[in-house]
Amino acid sequence: MKKLKITPIKNGTVIDHITPGSAIKVLHILKIHEKTSYVVSVGMNVKSKIGKKDIVKVENRELDTKELDKIALISPKATINIIRDYEVVKKHKVKLPAEIVGIVKCSNPTCISNSKEPVQSRFILVKEDPPCIKCYYCERESEDVAERII
Amino acid sequence: MDFLNKDVISIKDLSKPEILSIVNVAKKMVPYAKGVKHTNVLNKNILSTLFFEPSTRTRLSFESAMNRLGGRVIGFAEPSSTSQKKGESLADTIRMADSYGDIIVIRHPQEGAARLSAEFAESPVINAGDGAGHHPTQCLLDLFTIITEKKKIKGDKIVLLGDLKYGRTVHSLAYALSLFGANLVFVSPENLKMPKEVINECKKLGVEPSNTTNLERAIKDADVLYVTRIQKERFPDAEEYNQVVGTYKVDLNLLKHAKEDLIIMHPLPRVVEIDPAVDRTPHALYFKQAFNGVPVRMALLYLILGGKKL
Repeated sequence: MKKLKITPIKNGTVIDHITPGSAIKVLHILKIHEKTSYVVSVGMNVKSKIGKKDIVKVENRELDTKELDKIALISPKATINIIRDYEVVKKHKVKLPAEIVGIVKCSNPTCISNSKEPVQSRFILVKEDPPCIKCYYCERESEDVAERII
Repeated sequence: MDFLNKDVISIKDLSKPEILSIVNVAKKMVPYAKGVKHTNVLNKNILSTLFFEPSTRTRLSFESAMNRLGGRVIGFAEPSSTSQKKGESLADTIRMADSYGDIIVIRHPQEGAARLSAEFAESPVINAGDGAGHHPTQCLLDLFTIITEKKKIKGDKIVLLGDLKYGRTVHSLAYALSLFGANLVFVSPENLKMPKEVINECKKLGVEPSNTTNLERAIKDADVLYVTRIQKERFPDAEEYNQVVGTYKVDLNLLKHAKEDLIIMHPLPRVVEIDPAVDRTPHALYFKQAFNGVPVRMALLYLILGGKKL
C-alpha cells in the first residue's frame, strides 16, 4: 500500500489545491503562527492529478469560511474541506470578499494608508483571478497581491 | 438633489446630473463672485482650510468663495506651523479641525489623505488635491468653463496636453469629459502618457481616446486645448524631468493651425508651456478659468452647507 505523506485527519479543516509554494503565506493570512495550539500539517509541492499543489490541515478546528476566503488573494483555486469523523461534510471554493481589510499593504509608497495613521489598509476587489484589487484610499490598482501581504 | 453634508473627494463621487446642478448654481454665483451682488447666506458657517502643500489659486479662491457668501475662514497655508510638525497624525488634526468649523477643505501631498479625512470628520470634507490623486474642484471649474464657453461638451474635440502621467488634473478631467461624451485626444511625451487605468475608464464610458505625440496635427479641428505644466515635484528623479521639460510649447506659430474659436485652458501655474504672447489672443482662457474657481467653489460650499435661498 502506498504510504500517504500527509495522513487524513479525523476532524478539522483541510485547505487543498493551494498554489504551490503559497502554504506558508496561507498560514500567515490565517494568523496560524508558531504559538498555535492546534495540530497543523503543511504539505508543499505535493503531487496531484493536476500537477503540484500545497495543502494545509488544521486538526480539531473548523475555520470560518469567510475568514478562509481571504486565501483567494494568493491562491484563487484553493478549496476548503470541513472534516468530521474522516468525512468531508462541507466543501467550499474560496471566493474573494468584495472588501479586503488589513491583509495587504498598498503598493503606492505615498498612499496615506502607508503612513502612521490609525487605519487599516482597505481594498476593493476589481477582478478575482488573477486577483486585482484597488486601494480604497489612493485608488491604485494592484495585481501583484501576494508580494504585499502584511 | 441632495448635497447637504456631502463629501467631495473625487469627481467620481458626483453623478452627471449632480455636476450639471453645481454648474447651474455656479452660473448664478458669478455676479456674487465678482462683487457685483452681495449675500450673507453662509454667515453662520466657518470653513477650515488645511493646506499641507503650497497652493495659490485653490486656497485663495476657496477663501474668496466663503467670504463672498458671508462665511468665515480659519486654517493654515503650510504645515510647518501645525502639530503635524510635532508628529501628529492627520487623523488627529482632522478631528481637531472638525470641532472648530463646519466644513473642511484639505490639500495634502499624500494620495488618499482626503478620503481618510472624510472617515474621521463628521463635517463634510472637500478634497483640494491629494498628491497625484484627485482635485475634484479643479475638474468642476474646468467643466464649468467649457460648458459656459462652448455651450456643450458632447462631440467636442478636446486635446489634453503635457504631463498626462503624473498630472492629477488631467486624470479627473479625462474621466469627467468622457462622462459628457467628449472626443478626447491625448498629447504627451512618450514617457508621460496617460495611464492605462484612466484610458480604460474613458472606454468604459463609451469614449475611445486617441494618443499622439504630434501636437500640430492634434490641434487642427480642436475645440479646446487643455495645457498642463510638466510638474517637477511629481518626478521621482530629476533626470527624467530634464528630458521632457519644454517638449511642447503653445505659441502663435502653433496657433496658425488652430480653429478661430479654439479655447486654450491651463490649470496654472504655467512655466514655459504657453508663450505669454498667447495671452493677448482670444484663444487664451486660462485667467478666466482661474476666476471661475470662485463661483464654482461658492456653489459647492453653498450646496453642501445648505445655504438659504440667495
